[in-house]
Amino acid sequence: MSVVTGGDAPPKVAYFNDPKVRSWAVQIALVVVVAYFAWQIFNNTVENLREANIASGYGFLDTTAGFDLSFTLIPYTESSTYGRAVMVGILNTLLVAVCGIIATTIIGFIIGVMRLSKNWLVAKVAEVYIEIMRNVPLLIQILIWYKVVLAALPSPRNALSVGGTVFLSNRGVTIPKFIWGEGSWMIVVGLVLAIAGIWWLYRWARARQAATGEQFPVFLTSLGMLIGLPLLGYLLAGGPLSFEFPEQGNFNLRGGVGLVPEFAALFAALTIYTAAFIGEIVRAGILAVNKGQTEASYALGLRPGPALRLVVIPQAMRVIIPPLASQYLNLTKNSSLAVAIGYPDLVAAGGTVLNQSGQAVEIISIWMAVYLTFSLVTSLFMNWFNSRMRLVER
Amino acid sequence: MSDLHSETSVAFVRTEQVPASPPPASTSGLQGWLRENLFPTPLQSVLTIIMGAIAGYILWLALDWAVFHAVFTGESGEACRGEGRQDGACWPMVFTRFPQWIYGFYPVAERWRVNIVFLLGVLSLVPMLTPTLPYKKFNAIFLLGVYPILTLLLLTGGHFDITASTWLTTFVFVAAVVLPILFLGFVAKIISPALAAISSAAIAGAAALLLVLFSIDFGLTYVETSQWGGLLVTLVVAVTGIVASLPIGILLALGRRSQMPVVKLFSVAFIELWRGVPLITVLFMASVVLPLFLPPGTNFDKLLRALVGVALFSSAYMAEVVRGGLQAIPKGQTEAAQALGLTFWQNMGLITLPQALKLVIPGIVNTFIGLFKDTTLVGIIGLYDLLLIIQTANTDSNWAAPQTHSTGLFASAALFWIFCFGMSRYSMFMERKLDTGHKR
Repeated sequence: MSVVTGGDAPPKVAYFNDPKVRSWAVQIALVVVVAYFAWQIFNNTVENLREANIASGYGFLDTTAGFDLSFTLIPYTESSTYGRAVMVGILNTLLVAVCGIIATTIIGFIIGVMRLSKNWLVAKVAEVYIEIMRNVPLLIQILIWYKVVLAALPSPRNALSVGGTVFLSNRGVTIPKFIWGEGSWMIVVGLVLAIAGIWWLYRWARARQAATGEQFPVFLTSLGMLIGLPLLGYLLAGGPLSFEFPEQGNFNLRGGVGLVPEFAALFAALTIYTAAFIGEIVRAGILAVNKGQTEASYALGLRPGPALRLVVIPQAMRVIIPPLASQYLNLTKNSSLAVAIGYPDLVAAGGTVLNQSGQAVEIISIWMAVYLTFSLVTSLFMNWFNSRMRLVER
Repeated sequence: MSDLHSETSVAFVRTEQVPASPPPASTSGLQGWLRENLFPTPLQSVLTIIMGAIAGYILWLALDWAVFHAVFTGESGEACRGEGRQDGACWPMVFTRFPQWIYGFYPVAERWRVNIVFLLGVLSLVPMLTPTLPYKKFNAIFLLGVYPILTLLLLTGGHFDITASTWLTTFVFVAAVVLPILFLGFVAKIISPALAAISSAAIAGAAALLLVLFSIDFGLTYVETSQWGGLLVTLVVAVTGIVASLPIGILLALGRRSQMPVVKLFSVAFIELWRGVPLITVLFMASVVLPLFLPPGTNFDKLLRALVGVALFSSAYMAEVVRGGLQAIPKGQTEAAQALGLTFWQNMGLITLPQALKLVIPGIVNTFIGLFKDTTLVGIIGLYDLLLIIQTANTDSNWAAPQTHSTGLFASAALFWIFCFGMSRYSMFMERKLDTGHKR
């Protein structure tokens, strides 16, 4: 009763004990330190570049490159510009990354399922594969593919052929080339129509199943449309598409599309290395689905096939997708090891530009910007995909 | 009637149990195992046979190359050339060059220094990694505090050129760290004055001691880092990378979970930048651009530049590993610490981080495995790591033989595999060991 507190004024706290003041002090100090270092680095760089007589800026990209690249997707000659050489590099990186991601997903899922097989030998083979591949550095694997496996293949003269269409030799892989004739657009129209039709069919079948419970064989119909409609376009246009098969000459293979051995080695090593990691991810994903889910679906009368397809895999995918996305990114970043065997990817082509022009800061900034864009796009796509697959909770 | 009954009934009652018959041959023993695991259905049997054929073929190829057709003795590439001798490995090359694979171009007379470093490393690391052995704290202080300095002195030879300007720079840096501590202790009184005084004196003393130690001439020959090579460089890069990345990674992980927007922004930007680019671009940056960032005229060692790159790169990955551990600690721990009146750093140092770091030991080992494999990349910027030194045999005219390439590559693959597989088994062992307290 006698104790009277001094109104509602908060207890006085020393300024350095006030969390707000402290937080601002720390943040301002951090900004000052970072800004100081950034300014120092900038100043030093300008000074160093002036001493070395290097003009900074991206103007050098318009200069003639004067070197050749062994593998290009767009027209490129020695008289093209540095900028075009970097572009060739970006496209080559994308090519090996996309091909690698598709192939490694297929192999990885097969390995993951094999690892869980009840067949002892199959499971052991998958386990040994995983343990060997992921514990040997990727660079060694690339070099083994390039310098041992591909170098051991016969010369083009005695190239190994698969049915006379695909040839394997120490100059790389040669595959038939498509020749697009008059009226090929009809095939493309057929393909576009098929994709649109499948999309519509899928929505229609789902709506009908939701309404009536009747199922429709979507997969078989889609497959039929996907093959049938372009084929129809091909026939209507009078068969405009033809193949140019590679032929064996005395010294080299003539015709067809040649993939340089550097590409083949990089592709094989990246695919096989990453597949080991994906195999483990797939295995963990499938194991993460509670056994009760399978048993419950059997109790509801689902056969093993539909139970796996409709119950287990959709749930496993939720666990699989996030680490899978980071493996795709790893594969893309690892494709930069191409520089060790001379496949002209972004790092190798950019490195040649760097050596010739001396524009180190610019080239490295291009590298980092391109790879950061790749990872940003991949993670945005994967986040979107992941949010679609996510468990909808109340 | 009753007679008949008594005569038959007694005779048919058995007094002892029938001995259990063995299970049918088809479900037990080797046959049963084969049937259950390899040939349960016709489809599975076909699969088994195909797999067995493929696996057997690859195994036979490997054995044929490594043993049956391999050359085991010889003095030079002569032994591995010629008809019938070039279909297998050329092992004498490996035997002769093995010391170089370990030490690189380190002078032969000075190799005992590398041996001491290796031996001390093993002797302190093994008790550190064995969970049942005592004295972990002293061991950690030795490993993280004394061992790196000892290694630096032994490997380079010490006797660095410590000038007055070095003393001055060190003094400025020490002052930058010590003055805030003294301020906190004596003016703001957030920490006790005694603690502030002791820690300031310790920091200043350690800096001075280091400078004095580095300038002493121990009578060791100076060995340039360009002469280091092989396993030595691989281990130096990997171990320095992981040791340096641990404190930076912890700070970044705390920064990423911080409530202060600026701290969080810088941490996220730093982590995502390094995680988004390949290591090879980081190494190129460290070797080409880093010298541009420093004041004109500063020139420092190629190995050190690579180490800076590797440390920055791996600290971003370490930050994510540590963040995983921090997220696994229930919020109640922090709340309980706050209820007891602990400050943020007391909570982190005494409650949260010890639990979080224990949880992420397997993650740290996995990061180390990744880093160990990635050290092969330093060969691309011209450091003679294990992989590059193995490949130097290709240009050695003494060992010119068709299979030099393949022998070297497969030998290095085997060496790396032994290290990485061993570490991954250790990581799994620790995972099982630690998998107790946090499962509900």
